[in-house]
Amino acid sequence: MPDIQHLNNLVIQVRRDILRQVHKVNSGHPGGSLGCTEFFVALFQVLMERNDGFDMNGKNEDIFFLSNGHISPVFYSVLARSGYFPVEELNTFRLLNSRLQGHPTTHEGLPGVRIASGSLGQGISVAIGAALAKKLNHDSHLVYTLCGDGELQEGQNWEAIMYASANKVDNLIVTVDYNGQQIDGSTNNVLPMGNLKAKFEAFGWEVLEIEEGNNLEAILSGMKMAKSKTGNGKPICVLLHTVMGNGVDFMMHTHDWHGKAPNDAQLEVALSQNPVTLGDY
Amino acid sequence: MKKYTDSGKKDTRSGFGAGLTELGKTHPNVVALCADLTGSLKMDAFKANHPERFFQVGIAEANMMGIAAGLTIGGKIPFTGTFANFSTGRVYDQIRQSIAYSHKNVKICASHAGLTLGEDGATHQILEDIGLMKMLPGMTVINTCDYNQTKAATIAIADHHGPVYLRFGRPSVPNFTPENQTFEIGKALQLQEGNDVTIIATGHLVWEALQAAETLHEQGISAEVINIHTIKPLDTEAILNSVRKTGCVVTAEEHNYLGGLGESVSRVLTENLPSPQEFVATQDTFGESGTPAQLMDKYRLNAAAIIRAAVKVIARK
Ligand SMILES: Cc1ncc(C[n+]2csc(CCOP(=O)(O)OP(=O)(O)O)c2C)c(N)n1
Repeated sequence: MPDIQHLNNLVIQVRRDILRQVHKVNSGHPGGSLGCTEFFVALFQVLMERNDGFDMNGKNEDIFFLSNGHISPVFYSVLARSGYFPVEELNTFRLLNSRLQGHPTTHEGLPGVRIASGSLGQGISVAIGAALAKKLNHDSHLVYTLCGDGELQEGQNWEAIMYASANKVDNLIVTVDYNGQQIDGSTNNVLPMGNLKAKFEAFGWEVLEIEEGNNLEAILSGMKMAKSKTGNGKPICVLLHTVMGNGVDFMMHTHDWHGKAPNDAQLEVALSQNPVTLGDY
Repeated sequence: MKKYTDSGKKDTRSGFGAGLTELGKTHPNVVALCADLTGSLKMDAFKANHPERFFQVGIAEANMMGIAAGLTIGGKIPFTGTFANFSTGRVYDQIRQSIAYSHKNVKICASHAGLTLGEDGATHQILEDIGLMKMLPGMTVINTCDYNQTKAATIAIADHHGPVYLRFGRPSVPNFTPENQTFEIGKALQLQEGNDVTIIATGHLVWEALQAAETLHEQGISAEVINIHTIKPLDTEAILNSVRKTGCVVTAEEHNYLGGLGESVSRVLTENLPSPQEFVATQDTFGESGTPAQLMDKYRLNAAAIIRAAVKVIARK
């Protein structure tokens, strides 16, 4: 495992990547991306057992699906910095003819992406399918997926959540980016979702909470605990308490930066709070 | 004229079931999913033979489409089964994003399409599904005409890489195409040769087109009958070759005239060979309860309607 200092440096570098990607094209979703930066770094650098290169079928390796596709900037940055494609390609985010589409897609063949997402609510179903395929293939590796908390308002999720426990899909870890925010405001204002932990439990899932979802060490120990609970007949849900916009003071604790890019001056301030560590793309 | 005989009425959905049962034996990667309609879709045999490869998802079609997409990641070839309405309109965005745009090798198998579903009425009788599905980039759209063809098509699509929409129906209808035929995706079949008018039919209307051609023959009109089982990709060459000879065309389908086979044929002709065309199809309407035969009569989707359309279109030449 890379040492924690290196991982923290990577987190800061990924934040810079996120900010610079969305700033360049004056569009994209920095808020959720920044809130999930530590999670992505932990997942791709430490937690997932990944093979070299990219094979769509992902046999004999852990695989990941991003259900809340709008946080593509963090996904792209961590994929690039985990060796799936050159980091310079982050320069092409949302540009014409790019493989880095606004929302992730397999359509242009970007390594690391196994499903298109963006229309919310579909990722858990897909992850269940991939987990079932792993079982049929006698592949003991895990399937991970991340979805937003607001995203859980989509009904398809609950079809999937009901299915996974009923069918003991226990090689699946669904993480919820529990930042309490969505586009029109806080989830509590838009459509309160009540007690998510109790809801998942009522649907027959094993639920873990990571209270410090922006602390690498807390994520690592929480996710390792989640991993240890797989294979016991229940799907696993991790409620990851994150702060939207984490790491840039004026973007934190608000939905304002859900889908808005910083201007030049704001970018400068944001980057100054996250000085270069590993080198910009 | 070639003679076609009904070897005994059978439902096309049983052709699907039989094809799937075959695939169970020959294709270990074929898996099947169903949303609480296993009996209606004739998937029981596959389920009994391969319980580990059969996924009962409950009444949750959106989830079914997503799970099917996921199963392809790992090399499975999923066949989903539910009614045509719930296979398309109900789950359009799931198909669009997780299957079509993601180019996943999912076979969406849809029974009870069109009016011939009968008494259940308009909530279940989708007449828009061909249009919905043919508009999705990369989607293959197939509408089979009888038991034998449906069985053959079911087997053929397993070896085609990419998303497929396979449309078939509920009632027993004449079974007249050869047993154990090989099915070529995208290849139109000329069933009758003729010079005066081309009748292009799909699904349950193919048998009606053959009946119409016989009656027209008795009246001295020579009709060419083409079975278009694959609406996308469309066999444009077969259409153009025929219409070059006959100079006019009748299209016949159990679907809305907006968005169906007829419009696809129109586009081909307008681009290449503008020709008079008449549409035997529903006229931008929902269906209703009734027996299949009553409905096909009321909505003018039978041999009589094809004959009228043929006479009319020939006069327009
Ligand atoms: C089906 C669908 N409806 C609406 C949207 C528009 N949309 C994009 S992100 C978003 C909010 C998502 O909230 P959440 O999952 O909490 O993500 P966060 O804002 O925390 O990043 C909405 C409504 C969408 N992408 N898909």
